[in-house]
Amino acid sequence: MSTLLEVSGVSVSFDGFKAINNLSFRIGQAEMRAVIGPNGAGKTTFMDIVTGKTRPDEGRVLWGERSLSLLGLSEAQIARAGIGRKFQKPTVFEDQSVHENLLMALQGPRGPWSVLFYRPNAAHLARVGELAAEIGLGDHLPRKAGELSHGQKQWLEIGMLLAQDPRLLLVDEPAAGMTPEEREHTTAILVEAAKTRAVVVVEHDMEFVRRLNCKVTVLHEGAVLAEGSLDHVTADKRVIDVYLGR
Amino acid sequence: MTRLMIALAALVLFCAQAMAQETTVQSVLQAHRETIEKGSRTSIGSAIDAIAASGLPQAQEVLQVWAAKEMWQRSDDGLFYRGTEKPARQVELFDFDTGQSFGTVSRDELSQIKPNSGVRAMIGTALVQFQLSDPDPTRRAEALDAIQRSPGADLLAPLRASIPAEPDTALKARKMRVERLLTIAFDPDEPSRIAAIEEMSGDLGVDMRATLNPLLVTRIALAEGLPETANIRREVKPGDPALGVAAAYDMLIAAGQAQPIPDNEARKALLIANMVDGQVAGVPVHRLDSQEARDAAYVQLAQAGLVPRWSTAEAPEVVVTRHRFVEVYSEPSAAVTEAAEQALAEIERRVGLNQAIDLGLDALSLASIYFLAAIGLAITFGVMGVINMAHGEFIMMGAYTGYMVQQVIADHTLSILVAIPLAFAVTFAAGVTMERLVIRHLYNRPLETLLATFGISIALQQLAKNIFGTQARPLTAPGWLDGAWVLNDVVSISYIRIAIFVLALIFLGLFLFIMRRTRLGLETRAVTQNPRMAASMGINPDRINMLTFGLGSGIAGIAGVAIGLFAKVTSELGSDYIVQSFMTVVVGGVGNIWGTLAGAAMIGTLQKGIEWLNPSNTLAAQTYMIIFIIIFIQFRPRGIIALKGRAAGD
Amino acid sequence: MRNSFVARHPSVLAFLALLALFTLGVSVLSEGFGIGLISTSFVKTLGKTLCLCLIAVAMDLIWGYCGILSLGHFAFFGLGGYMIGMWLMYERTRLIVEGSLAQGALPPTEQEVVDAIGTQIFGVVGSSDFPLVWAFADSLILQLAMVVLAPGLLALVFGWLAFRSRVTGVYLSILTQAMTLALALYLFQNDSGLRGNNGLSGLQNLPGVEAPQAVISLWFFWASALALGLGYLLAAWIVSGKFGSVIRGIRDNEARVRFLGYSVETYKLAVFTLTACIAGIAGALYYPQAGIVNPAEIAPIASIYLAVWVAIGGRGRLYGAVIGAAFVSLVSSWFTGGQIPDLVLGPLTIKWVDWWTIVLGLSFVLVTLFAPSGIGGLFDLWQGRRPPDRHGADLGPDAGALREREATE
Repeated sequence: MSTLLEVSGVSVSFDGFKAINNLSFRIGQAEMRAVIGPNGAGKTTFMDIVTGKTRPDEGRVLWGERSLSLLGLSEAQIARAGIGRKFQKPTVFEDQSVHENLLMALQGPRGPWSVLFYRPNAAHLARVGELAAEIGLGDHLPRKAGELSHGQKQWLEIGMLLAQDPRLLLVDEPAAGMTPEEREHTTAILVEAAKTRAVVVVEHDMEFVRRLNCKVTVLHEGAVLAEGSLDHVTADKRVIDVYLGR
Repeated sequence: MTRLMIALAALVLFCAQAMAQETTVQSVLQAHRETIEKGSRTSIGSAIDAIAASGLPQAQEVLQVWAAKEMWQRSDDGLFYRGTEKPARQVELFDFDTGQSFGTVSRDELSQIKPNSGVRAMIGTALVQFQLSDPDPTRRAEALDAIQRSPGADLLAPLRASIPAEPDTALKARKMRVERLLTIAFDPDEPSRIAAIEEMSGDLGVDMRATLNPLLVTRIALAEGLPETANIRREVKPGDPALGVAAAYDMLIAAGQAQPIPDNEARKALLIANMVDGQVAGVPVHRLDSQEARDAAYVQLAQAGLVPRWSTAEAPEVVVTRHRFVEVYSEPSAAVTEAAEQALAEIERRVGLNQAIDLGLDALSLASIYFLAAIGLAITFGVMGVINMAHGEFIMMGAYTGYMVQQVIADHTLSILVAIPLAFAVTFAAGVTMERLVIRHLYNRPLETLLATFGISIALQQLAKNIFGTQARPLTAPGWLDGAWVLNDVVSISYIRIAIFVLALIFLGLFLFIMRRTRLGLETRAVTQNPRMAASMGINPDRINMLTFGLGSGIAGIAGVAIGLFAKVTSELGSDYIVQSFMTVVVGGVGNIWGTLAGAAMIGTLQKGIEWLNPSNTLAAQTYMIIFIIIFIQFRPRGIIALKGRAAGD
Repeated sequence: MRNSFVARHPSVLAFLALLALFTLGVSVLSEGFGIGLISTSFVKTLGKTLCLCLIAVAMDLIWGYCGILSLGHFAFFGLGGYMIGMWLMYERTRLIVEGSLAQGALPPTEQEVVDAIGTQIFGVVGSSDFPLVWAFADSLILQLAMVVLAPGLLALVFGWLAFRSRVTGVYLSILTQAMTLALALYLFQNDSGLRGNNGLSGLQNLPGVEAPQAVISLWFFWASALALGLGYLLAAWIVSGKFGSVIRGIRDNEARVRFLGYSVETYKLAVFTLTACIAGIAGALYYPQAGIVNPAEIAPIASIYLAVWVAIGGRGRLYGAVIGAAFVSLVSSWFTGGQIPDLVLGPLTIKWVDWWTIVLGLSFVLVTLFAPSGIGGLFDLWQGRRPPDRHGADLGPDAGALREREATE
């Protein structure tokens, strides 16, 4: 299995507080990975580093077959390189329709000039319809995203992520605030996506993680505490200590 | 009167001596009778010197009487007397030597000695030596003032003579200093001048520079006409900033080394004068619409001998290079000018150093003004994320409050003491009202807050204009704040600015105290960091926001009083400071009082620094400052002191 | 393509039709056409208002759509005016100077003409030499290019610096205000090369044109209407497509757009520069109708008023900006023109010339508080369009972004 993303020896501190401490992490081409950990373990900061929002004090972040360093790139460049990110809080463009949201995310040239003269062709429209159907919003294309329910917004955001056609998906707590049926649908979308690309899911909910049925990485105090199948890590004494308190 | 008594006492003391020598005032005067009668400036010197050098105790009185046009001469015997005019054209005469009255005499029998202004000046100079030894110290000081006002070579000797006997140490020091200055300027002995220059080197006084500068006056001259002994400073090439080509050429013309050449205008006039049948030198007039064509026509005319010769090869630029031009000192002694140059360089170095200190003080005071003006803004921005565009108008309200208080309370000290808390109260109330009515409804919409407060700002400004009119209102500082603390001739700072600096320090302390030691401060910090969490811990963020906004506005009011003390109070007072206040907050960084302080210090220093580099143009200074800030933001987008990490948000 | 575009956006067609109708009506009723119901000075006022509407469209594009509250667009407007003013003044002075020099015995040389023009233009600031910025003043084409290039270049450099360092929100507004102030202060100097606080004057005369002002005013009126129409069309086209989607996305959530792979800074810079160019064109049409351009026009307050117009008209909709600019500037000139009788309230007499600013300021606060969508919001009421009811759900994450009505209401 060839490596898609390799993070090694990364540390970052805010005003003396070490949010990430010598963290190393790697993920392959088409793999599903769940990242769990208590609050403050550095899960979000880890994603910030990979997506270029936060610059680490030290360490390396290498991407793809050619081991491109992501540290010098801007958020937009990293996104164009093929890393998509879904935020914890659903962030879609509420003032715009579902159609516009998906169209904006759709893979294609991102420069102002080509975007200015861009007019959607039939293939693009078909792809948008396909995506909308996949995330269960096929009937809601003309609606404004702001009118959608919380779960629908989460899906829309995942849909936008898929529209980008990234090679790596970073998903932050996708199931938060969802009904059981919605969770099931979300799981299905993610599992489907992981067939063709790498997916990293940050999640608190053990039930949800179990359903993803994948390798699990446990973060604690900015470093990897344990890695392996869910059963393996939940049997780990240290993980129990961290989760259940000492 | 006192002087008369002293003169009488002196008379008694020296009577015997005077009798023994048999010289009297009258005899001296009679010896120079003709020159005194003639009163001519060129010849009178001997008479004045004779009186001054006579050693007679009355000499000073005689000179004073003479200069005051109170000396009369009896027509029949030619004797001189002091006279005071009485009614009915009568004059009472007194003898100079004894002081006795001769009774009154008709003016017809007398002639008044009226020295002209030139002669009076010479008498004044002669009198200086007496004044320099006058028993009254204030008169001695006045004499020194007179010397410094119009220094002269002949004052040097009497000044030197008066130094050893000077009892007052301060005056003695001053006399010695003036003596050094006079030595530099007038002493005929070159080594002693140089010694004096070296001794005074590095002195910061304006008078020292005023003494040295005339020594270093130079002019530019043609090297050929100069004597061998000329004290040459350097060679000058025509085209230097110091010597334009035209000026150099004029010099050559004056020296007879070159011919005046007709310039474009003059040649044009000659062309017109030589126009024949619509042609000049055979060229049709309509073709003379370029300089080349005109030059060609002129050369034609010159060859025909109709106009003075001129050719482009004889241009002044070329001619002047064939001659040497030099800069010469008016002062003939090279040793003196060299010493003076060195001394002046040393002085300039020290003046520069002191100017830097002075500039630092200026910058400090400006920084404290900006700090006062910006601190309220920083509080509201830091705590609530609200930019209050009406902040400047709160400053203005404070200043007008101060003005109103002075209309009621006449005593300036008392009125300022009342105005400061009152201005705080007024603007605090205005701030709280604004927060309750407007800003509260716009939280989390900073751009709209900015615009809404801007609406309030223009309304308030116009309201002030309608109430107080457009002319400036005075806010007078108490008398004890007048004047300045003067360190030397270069460094000084006005007391008002010191007071504002102290005020800024007080507010810094007060602010730190409130934030770190009081419940309000604790709650404010909590709300700043996480309003929701603070609210869930029982803090009412609404109340905190209201109070912080009031506090910020109140401080603006006090800043207004402070600014009003040295600036004119107008409705535009606030807008003059608002942009600098914004810049202070932006540069300093949000949410930290030290950031505001650093921002104010930087903006103040920067503005003063740029003004110093380009003193003639304060408008340009502001332009450059703003450009600098825009560039500064590139390197520290969050200001000098910035919150880091996730707390700063994104 | 164009057909479908207009069909998809009927408001654009309605606007263009109204504008054409208005232009036609004013032309027919103007003095220049013969009927004379509308005086020449009022035609100029209307023409100037059209220019203000154009810059309001630009402001709406940058603020209403892209979320950047620029307090500097009037600087670009003024700069455009200066650029065209330089040619107008140079050319007119040249004609006058050549006329008077032709009386002389010899035909003037080029240098003599240039010197005489310099003395004429810069006499008031005690100079006679042409500064470098006047290098192209003798060429209409180049100077017309400068109308777009000068503001565009300034916006490009400033925007590049500002956006690159990720300055956003109020910080950016303050920074643009500082830029405006810096430019105004610079132009106020006598040695800025643009006649200090005298500014450029006599711009209402077109060099070499004999037509009376009544006709010239109509020409400018038409040009302004055309510019507004084209500007509106361009802006509507830009915001209608994916580009519009992206910039509205930037307004509402900059970070999200960035993670979608769009270079937010480039987009901001593009919009900022484009709107600066539009503002420059608007200024170049405005100042020949005003007759004079001076640094006071560029002062930050003017740019803030521009924001006021757009806010009162309604942000995020182009016709709102046009309505706001037209309405507020016309009402302003009506109130400050001194034609409204004083209001007597017992001992207090309200002189509208003095009190208008207060009314404007307060009404602005009221609009911000109670009618965030401005006058344009009335159209929504009329069409029965309702903002989505979010049941108090969390609003978008980016504080300061334009939002629809608060969910708590």
